Amino acid sequence: MKPRVLVVDDDSALAEMLGIVLRADGFDPAFVLDGNRAVTAFRESKPDIVLLDLMLPGLSGLDVCRAIRAESGVPIIMLTAKSDTVDVVLGLESGADDYVVKPFKPKELVARMRARLRHHDDIASESLTIGPPESPVSIDVAGHQVRRDGTTIALTPLEFDLLVALARKPRQVFTREVLLEQVWGYRHAADTRLVNVHVQRLRSKVERDPEKPEIVLTVRGVGYKAGPP
Amino acid sequence: MIEQAPAAAGETDAPGRTSDEVPTRAALPLAGTRHRAGRWVRSVADRLRQLAHPVTRAWSASLQLRVAVTTLVISGVVVLIIGVFLVDQISGGVLRTKRSAAIAQVDTAMASARPALGETNFADVQGVANAVSNLKNELALSGNDAGLYRVLIKSDVQLEALADVFDNDPVPAGLQGLVERGKPALQYARVQAARGGPVVPGLVVGESVQAQGGMYEIYYLFPLTVEQDTIALVQRTVLLAGLGLVLFVAMIALLVTRQVVRPVRVAARTAARVAGGDLSQRIRVSGSDDIARLGQSFNEMAGSLQRQIQQLEQLSRLQRRFTSDVSHELRTPLTTIRMASEVLYTRRADFPPQVARSAELLQAELDRFEGLLADLLEISRYDAGVARLEAEDIDLRSVVARVVESQRVLAARQGSEIVIHVPDELVPVEIDSRRVERILRNLIGNALDYGEGRPVVVTVAADDAAAAVTVRDHGVGMRPGEVGLVFNRFWRGDPSRSRLTGGTGLGLAISLEDARLHGGWLQAWGDRDSGAQFRLTLPRRVGEPLSSSPLPLQPADALERS
Repeated sequence: MKPRVLVVDDDSALAEMLGIVLRADGFDPAFVLDGNRAVTAFRESKPDIVLLDLMLPGLSGLDVCRAIRAESGVPIIMLTAKSDTVDVVLGLESGADDYVVKPFKPKELVARMRARLRHHDDIASESLTIGPPESPVSIDVAGHQVRRDGTTIALTPLEFDLLVALARKPRQVFTREVLLEQVWGYRHAADTRLVNVHVQRLRSKVERDPEKPEIVLTVRGVGYKAGPP
Repeated sequence: MIEQAPAAAGETDAPGRTSDEVPTRAALPLAGTRHRAGRWVRSVADRLRQLAHPVTRAWSASLQLRVAVTTLVISGVVVLIIGVFLVDQISGGVLRTKRSAAIAQVDTAMASARPALGETNFADVQGVANAVSNLKNELALSGNDAGLYRVLIKSDVQLEALADVFDNDPVPAGLQGLVERGKPALQYARVQAARGGPVVPGLVVGESVQAQGGMYEIYYLFPLTVEQDTIALVQRTVLLAGLGLVLFVAMIALLVTRQVVRPVRVAARTAARVAGGDLSQRIRVSGSDDIARLGQSFNEMAGSLQRQIQQLEQLSRLQRRFTSDVSHELRTPLTTIRMASEVLYTRRADFPPQVARSAELLQAELDRFEGLLADLLEISRYDAGVARLEAEDIDLRSVVARVVESQRVLAARQGSEIVIHVPDELVPVEIDSRRVERILRNLIGNALDYGEGRPVVVTVAADDAAAAVTVRDHGVGMRPGEVGLVFNRFWRGDPSRSRLTGGTGLGLAISLEDARLHGGWLQAWGDRDSGAQFRLTLPRRVGEPLSSSPLPLQPADALERS
């Protein structure tokens, strides 16, 4: 079955062109041209992935992003004309998993989309445990479940992937570049801000005190590693 | 006539009276001690200078203090001169009056005494005693206008009867000498008010009377107690009045300068606040005097400054908005074009040759266009002053390795090898890796471009304060003047050279801005035919100033050759 894509962009020429490219690459695209109808369209089309322009008439891209994130962990890739840090970080913080800066190459976009979609076919049952012994975080990889102190923590697929990548090799230090490659599917080095923002989001969900992390530790000058089991 | 005695303690020189010269004081024998004294003076002067430091600082810091002290000193000197003059005149006058009165009284008394005494014979002791006794009575009776209260009579014959009449003590020897020689004289001296009484300043007038067989010396003692009291009173009054006047003048100076200085201080404070960025600061102006005009002009200046800065800020905001809008507006259609071109390009094999070639050209030029657009937007961001440093701790070696990796394809196309020298240990540096990567990409790209296929050497080194990367090529190099031009926008080393990397001409200009944003240096060295080297030096911690670079700008091999 073809993965369904919801394209939220006000530029009809770009939307049409995206349609051509995405269909050629085996996706099933749906389109919505303004922010106000984006959330309704999202509920109706139940896409596997969302491409979201940040500058939209009506409800802004950031608001749409938050609204979708509030009800679903579906991957969101921002299409942005602004590569300034403020815009990018704002987008990532409002819930986007990744972003591509216009003008992007279609191959690049498709590669990112596939990277965000590929994980849902892990089948091998695997259980991981990290964090301090008195309050460990247990991860059921196949079941996509994370529990700590008896409660289930709701993570987006991307946050889940990030946590699993770190937890599979506890004590190993991951550079941001390695994480970008393993979790986001970047071949070449890209924006390390992606990693920073998502580590913060992940910490805010799994750590008891995000200011004093025990699960995802920073190794200064290098990157991140999982806390000891 | 009465003549003034030598070495007189008195002060007036009435015309007609001679005065002997006062001997000059001998010079002190200083030569032997001068050297040591000089050293001592110097050390004391140093000490004083140290002590005076806060004083001189206050002196140079406060106009009010300076004006008040200057006024105090000048008015003090003037009052002192006036006071000395006044006291001198008054006391001179008082003494002159006293002396005239004394002389007059002596003359009157002598006029009557002279005939009586002249007739006495020193052989007749009783006669002399009687004459003296009579004279004393007569003198005592002749009034006391000049305040005389003691007469001393000395005769050549020392008689029992006269024993208590003459007391040698209070009469100065010089005066006696003159009188003995038959000259009348007068002298200021300390006299006893009565035999055995307290010694007070006084005036002694002496005269001699020739008798048969001997000579009388008659001394009149005039105490100056009253005059001295008067002079002392005058001195006290003048001193007090002078002090009061000086203080009063100093107070006035203080008040007046305060009136001037206070508004000036307010103006200075306000100017400092305006300079500190608070452009809304104004001076409260009242009246229409010079100070008010100063305030008014200041306010006008601040107002115009504020207007212009607001205008500039607005322009900058507009520029930023424009950059952002252009960015969005251009990029969206460019994305569509890029995707369309991509579709055509991937299908070019299906097209007739001309159409296929067109698709290829379209694709290649779109790359260039995109690069140029990105660079233009980046540099306009710097021009608008909105570029921000997103620094994080990162291993500089990994940044270099990543950039070198991304340039391998280009290097292979140029036939150049990229050689890396990095330290074995971590080189954590607080940098915006996106910008540093861009700098290195530019430097390595340039080195490959101009490297003529020879190896490009990338070296990393660090010390406690700074980390540096040099990129060295052994290509065409630069002419001496060109080193300063390479960072200029759209500057090309050799316009006739075809560029394989298709740089935009903005790369090094942006790199320079990127380096500056880090508080770092980007410098170039070049020599015709021995290649070029670019050195990027970055502080290990953001905000720390750079003083040196761990790597030399001129490569070692080039140094040896030159």
